[in-house]
Amino acid sequence: MSDHRQVSSSPSFFNNPRNRSIIYQALLILGLGYFFYSIVSNTLANMEARGIKSGYDFLFTTAGFDILMSLIPYDATHTYGRTFLVGLLNTILVSTIGIILATIVGFVMGVAHFSHNLLIRKVAVIYIEIFRNIPLLLQVFFWYFAVLAALPGARQSLSLGEVIFLNVRGLYFPGLVAQTGATFVYAAIAVAITSIYLLRRWAKKRQDRTGQQYPVFSTSLAIMFGLPLMALIFTGFPFTFDIPELKGFNFRGGITVIPELMALTLALTMYTGAFIAEAVRAGIQAVPHGQTEAARSLGLKERRIMQLIIVPQAMRVIVPLLNSEYQSLVKNSTLATAIGYPDLFTVFVGTTLNQTGQAIEIVFMTMAVYFVVNMTISFVMNRFNTSVALVER
Amino acid sequence: MKRMISVIATGLALGLSFGAQAGTLEDAVKRGSVSCGVSTGLAGFSQKDENGKWSGLDVDVCRAVAAAVLGDADKVQYKPLTAKERFTALQSGEIDVLSRNTTWTHTRDTSLGLNFAGVNYYDGQGFMVSKDLGVKSALELDGAAVCIQAGTTTELNLADYFRANGITYKAITFDTSDQTRAGFESGRCDVLTSDQSQLYALRIGLKDPSAAVVLPEVISKEPLGPVVRQGDDAWFNIVRWSLMAMVEAEFLGIDSSSVDSAKADGNPSQKRLMGTEGDAGEKLGISAEWAYNIVKQVGNYSESFERNVGQGSPLKIARGLNAQWNNGGIMYSSPVR
Ligand SMILES: N[C@@H](CCC(=O)N[C@@H](CS)C(=O)NCC(=O)O)C(=O)O
Repeated sequence: MSDHRQVSSSPSFFNNPRNRSIIYQALLILGLGYFFYSIVSNTLANMEARGIKSGYDFLFTTAGFDILMSLIPYDATHTYGRTFLVGLLNTILVSTIGIILATIVGFVMGVAHFSHNLLIRKVAVIYIEIFRNIPLLLQVFFWYFAVLAALPGARQSLSLGEVIFLNVRGLYFPGLVAQTGATFVYAAIAVAITSIYLLRRWAKKRQDRTGQQYPVFSTSLAIMFGLPLMALIFTGFPFTFDIPELKGFNFRGGITVIPELMALTLALTMYTGAFIAEAVRAGIQAVPHGQTEAARSLGLKERRIMQLIIVPQAMRVIVPLLNSEYQSLVKNSTLATAIGYPDLFTVFVGTTLNQTGQAIEIVFMTMAVYFVVNMTISFVMNRFNTSVALVER
Repeated sequence: MKRMISVIATGLALGLSFGAQAGTLEDAVKRGSVSCGVSTGLAGFSQKDENGKWSGLDVDVCRAVAAAVLGDADKVQYKPLTAKERFTALQSGEIDVLSRNTTWTHTRDTSLGLNFAGVNYYDGQGFMVSKDLGVKSALELDGAAVCIQAGTTTELNLADYFRANGITYKAITFDTSDQTRAGFESGRCDVLTSDQSQLYALRIGLKDPSAAVVLPEVISKEPLGPVVRQGDDAWFNIVRWSLMAMVEAEFLGIDSSSVDSAKADGNPSQKRLMGTEGDAGEKLGISAEWAYNIVKQVGNYSESFERNVGQGSPLKIARGLNAQWNNGGIMYSSPVR
């Protein structure tokens, strides 16, 4: 024993592979550190020499320009720092809606690929081939300019019961203004959601135990609508409508969905949806056919086979692909700049950069945002992936 | 993306280069051409025809610089740039000079590491609306949707003007003038706002130009001119005086047809500009015939103006502020002596 130890430590400190690798790594880190340090200090020195302003002070000065759409209060008297937030929130909005819709479209189309109905199958194939193969920028322009051109002007708006309006300026629908008593309705919704969750857990446990099924779906539906409805009736409808109205050039009041948001969401949804559909198809095909046959021989209905046997196993293949599709969607949302949807890229790298000239700081901040957002998506999806992974026994 | 890359290129250029940056002239001579940033297409100022040939008032500044330093006005490489791309392209060294209806402002002059070499068009911001709105003044535009181009002074003036007058609006911001025009034509916005000269240029690009009117209000001062990088004074001088030479030639009554006689037997001022007397070219570090080449190949300021945006063009813009100082305008060249 003691002999062995002698041998491994005696020759010299540097011959020990462990020590050596630590030293090499330390040198590499130092070298890299020096490299980046000299780039940064050199950049600063050169910018100074050429009279280019640097630093982050600009974030606190008045922006002086307006932004088409903002989820937080904003006008031209706010700061450049605020324009960053406005853009960021708009990016998160379009990405979130895009991810949800693309997932729905993708799953529907992916599963439709295996339908027994020829028409449905063909629709899925055609959808995937068209939207996957046309460059996204073109699709963005198509939804924006082609659809815009087809819509009527503000004064000839299409309307649904004179409360919802659609025209070239956007989609207008009534806003709900809460009055006293509205909290009861919110509470009822919260209670409904919790009880549905509990019900599902209970039903699953019971089925595991006794094999009996409970009509979870229809009961959930009843709870989801029943409870809030009861609360509404009980409190005497504590909301008033803010109905959009044509005043001067445009509609005012209510909620407006600007066409830029609609076009970008549509484009991102249809494009990413096609890729997700392919992922779903691949995932389903990866489940051996024997599984379906085995399930059939147990007497399960086709829909239940999909739900209980195929999709859960297909998820192992689908989820990692979803992860990268979601990340692409977030990055692709920067095409907003082509049609003027005020996302982070349009507002911050577009206008703010140009008005301040502080390119390096702004591009750095923006890259950091997309990095963090995509790392978050990756983290969540990896967690999800572990939860759908096959439990090996 | 393209923009991101160009910013990163600027970053790398700034991070990896050591020492001061000079020698734009030497680079241009070695390359055999002047690299000039222009717009992506704006009638009268910088536009490309079917054969790929560029022309316009801003293009003529590029051509004048090429004529001065290389003796050939055609030796220009054009780089079409949107409003958002233009300054990074200049900072990163992608272009030698930016001549793209760019307003000379304090911020741009002092904090971007750039220098404005002069003014080749005095402009101001205006509004264009479709005729059937029946609007007579910008003050009637409360609640209107306004199309603008990103990264311009236009964005800022617009916010100031509407705020000062207590009227509301929605700004829809596009990247290129084509998109801005398409937004206006599709009815996405009621109003298109930009420098007035550009409104006229955009209007003749409409499917039906007579359906749009330009409102009388001019809400800002927009002195447009060529820009160079800060820190290369020799190049700055060349660009400044190439522009001055065109204005001075008009003032001295020299045009492209009279240039040879002015050179041979003009008055002393004319001869100094044409290089037969004095050493103006040598002081700039270029040929003695620099201004002769400019006027011969590009023309004087008046010729350039009338051909591109004035009576000889579809725009038919009057000289107005851009007439010579002794003719009711404010175009004024320092003397060549
Ligand atoms: N003079 C203003 C505005 C210049 C500007 O970019 N105007 C637009 C008018 S729509 C334009 O010329 N666009 C041409 C293009 O993007 O190529 C500035 O310097 O900020």
